[in-house]
Formats: sequence, C-alpha cells, structure tokens
Amino acid sequence: MIQARAINATAVRADFPILGRTINGKPLIYLDSAATSQKPAAVIDVMDDYYRRYNANPHRGVYTISEEATAAYESARQRVAAFINATSVKEVIFTRNTTEAINLVRYTWGRVNIRRGDRILLTEMEHHSNLVPWQLLAQEVGAQLEFLRIDDQGLLQLDELEARLDGVRLLAITHQSNTLGTINPIKAITAAAHRAGALVLIDGAQAVPHMPVDVKDLDVDFYAFSGHKMCGPTGIGVLWARRALLEAMPPFLGGGDMIKRVKLHEASWNDLPWKFEAGTPAVAEGIGLGAAVDYLKNLGMDQVRTHERTLVDYALEKLQEIPGIVLYGPRDPEIHGGAISFTIPDIHPHDLATLVDRDGIAVRAGHHCTQPLMDRLGVPATTRASFYIYNQPDEVDQLVSGIQKAQKVFA
Amino acid sequence: MGDDLYREQILEHYKNPHHFGELADADITQEGDNPLCGDVITLYLKLDDGKLGDVSFRGRGCAISQASASMLTDMIVGRPVAELKSFPTKDLLEELGIQISPARMKCATLSVNTLRVALNGDSHEEED
Repeated sequence: MIQARAINATAVRADFPILGRTINGKPLIYLDSAATSQKPAAVIDVMDDYYRRYNANPHRGVYTISEEATAAYESARQRVAAFINATSVKEVIFTRNTTEAINLVRYTWGRVNIRRGDRILLTEMEHHSNLVPWQLLAQEVGAQLEFLRIDDQGLLQLDELEARLDGVRLLAITHQSNTLGTINPIKAITAAAHRAGALVLIDGAQAVPHMPVDVKDLDVDFYAFSGHKMCGPTGIGVLWARRALLEAMPPFLGGGDMIKRVKLHEASWNDLPWKFEAGTPAVAEGIGLGAAVDYLKNLGMDQVRTHERTLVDYALEKLQEIPGIVLYGPRDPEIHGGAISFTIPDIHPHDLATLVDRDGIAVRAGHHCTQPLMDRLGVPATTRASFYIYNQPDEVDQLVSGIQKAQKVFA
Repeated sequence: MGDDLYREQILEHYKNPHHFGELADADITQEGDNPLCGDVITLYLKLDDGKLGDVSFRGRGCAISQASASMLTDMIVGRPVAELKSFPTKDLLEELGIQISPARMKCATLSVNTLRVALNGDSHEEED
C-alpha cells in the first residue's frame, strides 16, 4: 500500500495554470473555492483532447470515435462511483450540478412519495439549492417543511433531532455548510432518521471535494454533488442514490437516450443510470470530472482534509486577532471545513471584498445563497474565505493584512 | 481609476451621510433593497408646490450604496418633481465619479431606482 504524503501546496499550485495569473499586478490569491474550485491542467487537457481527437455523440455510435467517446464518458462514471464507494456504477447519475440532482429527486421520488401532510425536515443552514426545491414540492403536494435549528456556534441542535423526525418522510441536509463551514455528523443523523422511517438526502457539494466521502458507510439514500467544486468543469454533477430507489423512481426528463423502446403513444425506459439522463450528455464535462477524480485520488482525500483543517486552524487563529471581527461557524477545526465566514464592524462585506481584490485576493461577499441563515445570524451578508488544496498559510496572512488595510481606509 | 473607488468624498458621505434620518411629515416613504447584497434604504420625500421640498433617507449597506443615496439627496432637493420622475441614473454615476464594476452597479443605483419607484409607482428601470 502506498503511504499517502501530506499535500505540498507549492507543488499543487504548479498544476493549476490560473494560479500563475496576476490581478492588479499582484499574484492571484484565490479564496473562493467553495463557490468553484480552480482546474488543474490535467482536467483542462483531457477535455481539450476529447474535442480535438474524438468528439462524437456517445452511446449507440458504431464508428470508432463515438465508441471512444462512450468509453471515456462511462469510464469517468466508474471512477466517480469508486471515488464515493458506490455499490454499483448504475447508481451514479450524471446531472448538470448539485441543484439539478436535488431537483431530480424532487420531481421523481418526491412527487410519488411525498403527500399532503407529510413532513420534510431541513435545517436552517441549507443552501437555497437544498431549500427552494422542497418549498416548491411542499407547495405542490401540500407537504410541510420543518427545520432543525442551529446554535450560536453554527452547529445543528441535534438534541432536538429525534423529536423533529416524527412524521418526517425525508430529511434533506447539507454535509458541510457552504457559509459556516460546519461539518455535520451525517452518519449519526442518518441512523436516527432511518430509525424514524425517513429517507435521507445529502447535499454534498461542499463535502465531496474536501473530505473522503463513502456513501455506503454513511448509509444515506440520496447524495448530490457538483463537479466544478472538485477541480472538475462546470455543467456536470452527480446524483448517487440507492439502486432500489432509482429503479422504482419514474424518469426525470424525457427524450433521447433515456428510453428503451418508443412507440407513438408510450415508451419504456432505459436501464440505470441512463434512465435519468435524457439527451446528449455533457461528454467533455464528464470526462473532465473523471480526470478531476483521478487528480484528487492521487493526492488522497484524507490528505486534502488534513491540509484544509490545518489552514482553517491557522486562519481562525489569525483572523481572531483582527479587532472587532465576528467569526461565524464552529471554532473547532475538527468540525470546521475549509470555509470561514466573518464580518468586520462598519465595513460592508462588499466593500471589503472590493478592497482586498486590489491586492489580488478573491473572497466572496454576500449571503452565499443562504438567506435564511443570514436572517438567523442577524446579518445581511458576510465575507467568506474558502480554501482548497492549492492554498497556503501565507495567503491567510495576506488576507489578514488586506483586511487591516481596509480597516484603515474606513477608519 | 479603480483606486478611487473609496476616494475621500465617497467615504465622507458614507461616514457622515447628508439628509440622513426620517422625515416625520413625509408625503412619500419608499423602501428599496438589493436582496442580493443586503443593501437597504428608505427614502422620505416631502412635496412642496410641485417641487421636492425636503428629502431624507435611512439605510444600511455598503459604502457605495449609502454614499450614492447621500449624494442623490443633495442633487434632488428643491427640484421639480416632474423632472425627478425621470432622473437620469447617469447623472448620479457622474456625481459618484468612480468606475463602478457591473457587480457593484446595483449598489450604486439603489437610491435612484428607489426614487423612481417613489415618484412613478414602479422603477421604470433604465436599460443600460
């Protein structure tokens, strides 16, 4: 067995062409990977190679380049399946992104299984992508939404979990909060939900890129994530679900590729996973995601998590030294993923983000698609710095001095 | 030009906004917000014989949104309401005198859009 080595961010940086850029004459300090990660040359190259050498519509083409495209696309699916330890490659549905994956569940499993008066349990920290689809479903069928609350450290109030699970059909919850960075104890939550007879859907958009995720071990029912946050391209995401659930679910979008046999008035559905993939798929993007998975696997997801935990630990300590700063989310780096939200007194997050951009520092300012969470925190917006494999402690130092400069401007 | 974004005049308006507060006898009170940024303002307008007799605003948000509201109040007080109904956004942007990036345009124009809603009932937002 190969002993995985700690991540050397300097070496990793060399794999990412964009990190050679300068912004306003300064090296780009990219602290917005929770929004989208940068892409290594390995990913860009395989997509380029597909378009240059074997661009063709996959599936059913009998000529050489179509077969090559099919093989590359389906091989990517196999690598994704292995990456999250799926039992079968048939359980890996390619979607456009996490949002589409969650909406797929809403429209197929949700419409059949959620009825008037049923409850869907969410949390106060959900991204709009794991909230609005359930609002729409609830309005459509007359279901009720319930919310697990968070405490002042940004942790779910799990002592309330069992009581809140009463009558719940579906628990839909984020693995890691994109705003607070909180890593939720999914395995324990899922076990409690299953004891109460609820199914569990996980928004894994912030987890799969940053930590080892094993869907079998977590024992969840649906797991959604996006390619573009894990070194892959935009336009490709994944819904993993238990095979029995997928077999029983009606199709999502209708069209080519998702059918077995079509007559004028009816059709039968293709086998899994293609039953849920209508139309020409995002071939280059799928191939790119496969390369992203290879890249991350080579680094080792335990090492990715360790690297980020070290950065978060360092950043929490350094940021705390800034006078007046308010940090949101857990103080314990063990349960704090690579995203840190904060506010600085008298400087609006947008002004702060604009000012540090002068020094080439890219941070996000706003509600981070978690408006109910902003309401809960009592702020209109926060600034968020988020880390990935290519970030280094000196970038945290630069951020801190950027914030201090902004404080001088606004003093 | 970018380095002028937080030039002294903008920061001065942000820290010490003109016409800040509530007008008790306002004829029109209009709220405006940028849900995407969390900038909010309320405009208070007092009409006087076809003119804007007095104006004030309250709000919170980024420096650009609040400074622009402060500057707008200076520009519109005392002017004919008929004229203000189609107050050109570009006049306010010229007064701001800074390069506004597309991402920050909604902050810079919140006040003038709110004014248009207040006087016309809807924003008639100018297309740029």
